[in-house]
Amino acid sequence: MTTVSSASPAFTGRDPDNRLYGPLPDVQAESGYADDHPARVGFFTDTSVCIGCKACEVACKEWNSLPMDDSHGVRDKIGLSGMSYDNTGMLSANTWRHVAFIEQSRAVDLPMPTHRRPGDDRQDTGLPADPITNGQADSLVTAQTSVLNAEALSEYDPQTGQSGADKQIRWLMSSDVCKHCTHAGCLDVCPTGALFRTEFGTVVVQGDICNGCGYCVPACPYGVIDQRKDDGRVFKCTLCYDRLTDGLMPACATACPTESIQFGNLDELQARADARLETLKGQGVETARLYGRDENDGVGGAGAFFLLLDEPEVYGLPPDPVVTTRDLPSMWRAAAAGAALIVGAVASAFVGRRR
Amino acid sequence: MTGGVATPGGGWHRAGGEDLTRRRRRRKGGGGWGGGNREAAMVPDAEFTSYYGRPIIKSPTWKNPEVPLYFFLGGAAGTSSVIGALAEFTGRPKLARNAEYTAAAGALASVVLLIDDLGRPERFLHMLRVFKPTSPLSIGSYILSPFSALTAATAAVRILRLGPVARTVPVLPKLAAIQGLRKLGAVGAALFGGPMATYTAVLIANTAVPSWHEAHEELPFVFAGSAMAAGGGITMALTPVAEAGPSRKVALTGVAVELAAINRVENGHGIVSEPYHEGKAGTLLRAAKAATLGGAGLTALAGRTRLGSVLGGALLATGSVLTRMGVFEAGMASSKDPKYVVVPQRERLAALQAQVHSVTP
Repeated sequence: MTTVSSASPAFTGRDPDNRLYGPLPDVQAESGYADDHPARVGFFTDTSVCIGCKACEVACKEWNSLPMDDSHGVRDKIGLSGMSYDNTGMLSANTWRHVAFIEQSRAVDLPMPTHRRPGDDRQDTGLPADPITNGQADSLVTAQTSVLNAEALSEYDPQTGQSGADKQIRWLMSSDVCKHCTHAGCLDVCPTGALFRTEFGTVVVQGDICNGCGYCVPACPYGVIDQRKDDGRVFKCTLCYDRLTDGLMPACATACPTESIQFGNLDELQARADARLETLKGQGVETARLYGRDENDGVGGAGAFFLLLDEPEVYGLPPDPVVTTRDLPSMWRAAAAGAALIVGAVASAFVGRRR
Repeated sequence: MTGGVATPGGGWHRAGGEDLTRRRRRRKGGGGWGGGNREAAMVPDAEFTSYYGRPIIKSPTWKNPEVPLYFFLGGAAGTSSVIGALAEFTGRPKLARNAEYTAAAGALASVVLLIDDLGRPERFLHMLRVFKPTSPLSIGSYILSPFSALTAATAAVRILRLGPVARTVPVLPKLAAIQGLRKLGAVGAALFGGPMATYTAVLIANTAVPSWHEAHEELPFVFAGSAMAAGGGITMALTPVAEAGPSRKVALTGVAVELAAINRVENGHGIVSEPYHEGKAGTLLRAAKAATLGGAGLTALAGRTRLGSVLGGALLATGSVLTRMGVFEAGMASSKDPKYVVVPQRERLAALQAQVHSVTP
């Protein structure tokens, strides 16, 4: 194996085109690994089959011996978030898998009279009486039955007590994790080389090198990596680097009972995700979309990507993340100009008449 | 009709009670120093979605006020080192001395603050185990290390000639009497002075923090201007007015540069300029402008009197500290509100989509 550079591919001279952003077909080779390195691995998290059981969170904590914390990342505290069934709250130094939970509702017009519960003499459904033609009714019914769990979810809204099909409820659940970006901001800005690209194409912190400068924390466009206050160093998902080197699957993927979290070689996962998206679209789930799959996105594609059923920000994910280092050349140009300005201004202040 | 199932989004919104995930916010007041006509700062109502209003990115873990003070000291020391080196060669011995002491004190305090900010201070030297052009903090370590070493050495040469030291160890003054040694140190330090003052702007701009990152082309000039105001101001305050002419000019140039650059930061970036006007950051930056303008006024009008130069210099340094603190706070505020992450990224995606549609109709 050749020497492994922890620097960004930008300055290793092996990648003239996509040095700071854009697709990198072989991210390990760009980091200096020899050609016989293992394939790039990753996660495909299919949220359409996530049941929110949080087995991934537990398995991750168990395997990695992560300390307990509350939904705001306060260590050794138990606390309810007070916002939903999600009491984990966010990814943090002590939480490397986070199951987001969103309860959504929407009003639905139906061509048939709404069901009433016995004794419910409520007259106003809050919806306009709408003369609906047969054609519209058909399309609505088709559309409604095609959506995931629509039939089961449309019966009763536990929050408003409204029954009938005028209101639908759905639960979105998604297990979030470090994206192991192709162009990882955390890796780019780490001044000690504690963060490095592994032979599997993942991004890992070396605990014995990290000096807790904290630069990676605001550099991550997803807010994944964080500092453990009492320890001083930063921590994040390693994609179970220790298990990978022993030929084992990461703990979260092993524990997932619905195969919502799929682990494998990245190219295989991408093909599987594309097929799954086709299937869902074919079933009429128009809101399904892949997140982090596009290698032309702001981070050059993610090693851990997702199938989502709503906009990314609904799940707490940035809609269009860009690796901050993309703009680094223009920043350095501005800083050099600023430094030159100082020297020039001072020099010119010494020129001219003495006073 | 509500949105059909087949339409993107499908009409879904968070169930129950007030919809916390889709917030509508009005920008409060005119904001900004002097209020008045600020078209660019006016941001239309931003509608956006978030996960229970939680932040998307993590806020910097850097200590406050240690880190903003580090930015200030780096700037003041950087400018002072350049002033000191030039004063050495233009027959201004007192200005040279004071500028060199200022640079050394600022640089050494910077080192202390930087190490103190680490989660594992005892591992400071790990910064120097790699050289990484993609990390402004790595580059910064290679700017700060020689800068602090050279400024400290330059100042040490002066200190060794002082009476008490000379009486204790008589050999040292002879060593320090070599004029070239001190001038060499001063020039060497000055080479790193400019980068020392502006690299910290790249340090904060090269993050995912919206209000810092979007202003990445202007922040280095804000920091350069602020550094000149501080360095010029401090050396002006310490030095007899007859020798402090260059310091006054540097300070006034710095004020002009800083005010022009920060105006663009505060008004040129739509919604992510907002945090620079609001809350703690807005207060700090308004105070910074008041102090900076007051200091500049005193310098221009009464800079050639002892009292005027001392007061003016103190005000300029105060303004510089407040500017760094304000910029720091604005970034912190923008990292805590998902609005500043989601809205600009949505706008970017919409613009991209419009572009795609116009190219392929």
